[in-house]
Amino acid sequence: MAETMILIPGRTSKQGTSLNAGKLKGEYLEVTTTVEMNSDDMQRLGLNDGDQVRLSNEIGETLLRCKGRKPADLPAGVLFMAYGPASSLLMESDTAGSGMPISKNFEVQVEPVK
Amino acid sequence: MSENTRTVENATCTFCGCVCDDMVLTVDLDQKRITKAKNACVLGRAWFAEHTVEDRPVALIGGKEASLEQAVEEAAHILANARFPIVYGLSDTTCEAQRQAVAITDMVHGTIDTTTSVCHGPSGIAFQGVGESTASLGEIKNRADLVVYWGGNPAESHPRHFTRYAVTPKGMFIPNGRKDRTVVLVDVRKTPSAPVADIFLQVKPGKDFELIWALRALVKGRRISPAIEEETGIALSTLEDLAQRMKNCRYGVLFFGMGLTMTRGRHFNSGGILALATDLNEYTHFVAKPVRGHGNVTGADNVVSWQTGYPFGVNFSRGYPRFNPGEFTTVDTLSRGEADAAMIIASDPASNFPRRAIEHLRKIPVISLDTKPTETSQLARVAFSTATYGISVGGTVYRMDDVPITLRTAFDSPFPSDEAVLSAIRNRVAELLAEKHGYGMLKKAS
Repeated sequence: MAETMILIPGRTSKQGTSLNAGKLKGEYLEVTTTVEMNSDDMQRLGLNDGDQVRLSNEIGETLLRCKGRKPADLPAGVLFMAYGPASSLLMESDTAGSGMPISKNFEVQVEPVK
Repeated sequence: MSENTRTVENATCTFCGCVCDDMVLTVDLDQKRITKAKNACVLGRAWFAEHTVEDRPVALIGGKEASLEQAVEEAAHILANARFPIVYGLSDTTCEAQRQAVAITDMVHGTIDTTTSVCHGPSGIAFQGVGESTASLGEIKNRADLVVYWGGNPAESHPRHFTRYAVTPKGMFIPNGRKDRTVVLVDVRKTPSAPVADIFLQVKPGKDFELIWALRALVKGRRISPAIEEETGIALSTLEDLAQRMKNCRYGVLFFGMGLTMTRGRHFNSGGILALATDLNEYTHFVAKPVRGHGNVTGADNVVSWQTGYPFGVNFSRGYPRFNPGEFTTVDTLSRGEADAAMIIASDPASNFPRRAIEHLRKIPVISLDTKPTETSQLARVAFSTATYGISVGGTVYRMDDVPITLRTAFDSPFPSDEAVLSAIRNRVAELLAEKHGYGMLKKAS
């Protein structure tokens, strides 16, 4: 059962260090395909750390591994991931005349992948 | 490690916009490798350690190894023959290279844009509308007793921002360092930056503009309804307290990031922060600084501005520069299928752009210049391997506060600099255009 949540792609320390090693290498790919989720949301969806989830919207979809975060740190319904090719697949290209595509706080459907 | 080492003092790290120029590098000259980077943060250490001389061809054409000259020739033809060529990127290279890129774009009547358009471009648009009350990081270190971070996570993106510039260092008028400062963080999630702050405001996603506007109103002595808490997630009493702190500080600074520029509102969010800083100058001294992400994205703004009059998204189709975000910015010229050739320098849009833009990039001839293989270099028709700035290439970069800094090199590289490649392309493009249009000293006799 898919739920609507807000995705925030952004920088992380590991994303910064692994991209120096190489953006086509394993560590960077792993870092940029992990999504942080509120642990209460994860429990409700029957997810444990490392389980696969599908994030999708009308632009595209991507498969990620999830990782829990305390509700006090990451509010319910909000997802965070290190930005990269996976998160960019979900970005709308229309910039509303600004040049900037909405790159944070956009809606995605989340569902566990068995 | 070999015996053949050297130490480079006051080297500059160009990973992020902090552009720390107090690096002490230990260099193994035999292995052409930096074995130690004293004073670097975790990102800087990775930057210095992982940029070595890789065993790769200097150029590829269609995925096959080619000489530098062949690749320059192919690239020059692509650019000279295109009707709507775009030049993009430039945030991780020297000002000297950036100047060549602008020159080429001017000659081919193309469009030049930098990664600014997907970073602080909205802030650049806001500067033009609202203006910027600004300062150098040195002035902030020496004077600021109230530091507000809004929509950013420096602990992970700019680790030394706290320790070198704005939170812990002692300043001329901040003799006790951290103890003399109040630090405020505004974000939608509790990041590793939160423990650094005295006051953390967890704003609801998408409500930064409302929060900024409420603060502006409170600063100006207007009444705000307690319903602001339902709207933004922040209690009125917290906002009133913050407004008072901002008005009563000796010197305040608002550092703002992608949480504002990349979300709905974009330049209105940035503009709100800039206007808030300006408003506060009725009561005290207050500045606002965008926190820039790459080592020389600020240089790109400066070079493109001084040469064209505009900071990014500049088109030369009519033979003179025109600026229009949304029309000439790269996500748009690609997503709408307008570009018929692209030169991508020191950036990786094939990784980070929306899908529709990447799909078009795959359909047109692309020239890429990069120090490492990326998604963009892999799809390019002509891919140059260039030497890394600040490690093998000298030149000028601009720190996030528009202070120019000179790079020191650690070891030589067999690869050319971006500037050398672009100069060669520029010269060849000039010849091709002269032949094509029959002008100048290369005009053939009839």
